[in-house]
Amino acid sequence: MTNTEIREFIDNAIQENPVMLFMKGSPEQPACGFSARTAACLNALGVRYAALDILPDPRIREELSGLSSWPTIPQLFVNGELVGGADIVTEMYDNGELADLLGAEQPEDADEAATQSEAPVGNVPLPLENRLD
Amino acid sequence: MPTSDDLKQRIEDALPGALVTVEDLTGGGDHFRAEIVSDSFEGLSRIQQHKLVYEVFGAEVGGPIHALSIKTSIPGGAS
Repeated sequence: MTNTEIREFIDNAIQENPVMLFMKGSPEQPACGFSARTAACLNALGVRYAALDILPDPRIREELSGLSSWPTIPQLFVNGELVGGADIVTEMYDNGELADLLGAEQPEDADEAATQSEAPVGNVPLPLENRLD
Repeated sequence: MPTSDDLKQRIEDALPGALVTVEDLTGGGDHFRAEIVSDSFEGLSRIQQHKLVYEVFGAEVGGPIHALSIKTSIPGGAS
């Protein structure tokens, strides 16, 4: 797979999935605290989202950051727009903006919800590593 | 290896007049948290504000600086 193809794949994933999370690891097994925190906010709101692990190939991250002009992982896109990384997503979760943006209900005890919820992940894109041949 | 003071200095140089505090979260010189209060953020969305800070360090974020957690605000106003 060429860099251009990876970039196109990422671009498609962003356009095709209304809520698209690029992270280290998976929502079930996050490989970094920042990614875990971001996925937990989405889980707590009960929204369906697609998640892509950027770790299998370093070029995924290079191309993603080139596309978004955002240097770090995770990155959350909603309706094709970059919303932010862990700090912004957490802040927006805490103040209810994320629930508004996603059309979800803000949990009554937001802190509690973010530590307990399981991932209701849907339509996860095919992992890139399966397409690298 | 960058220190909290290095990061603080560079943000202050890039955003004159900004109030900057930087904390080295692990003591290892690679995971930092920065809080920045600056007029430069006026009129910018939160994501644009954060990008302004990330631009100071370019490719170093994600490289030698593994993680840079950012909180931005405008003096006397909401972020």
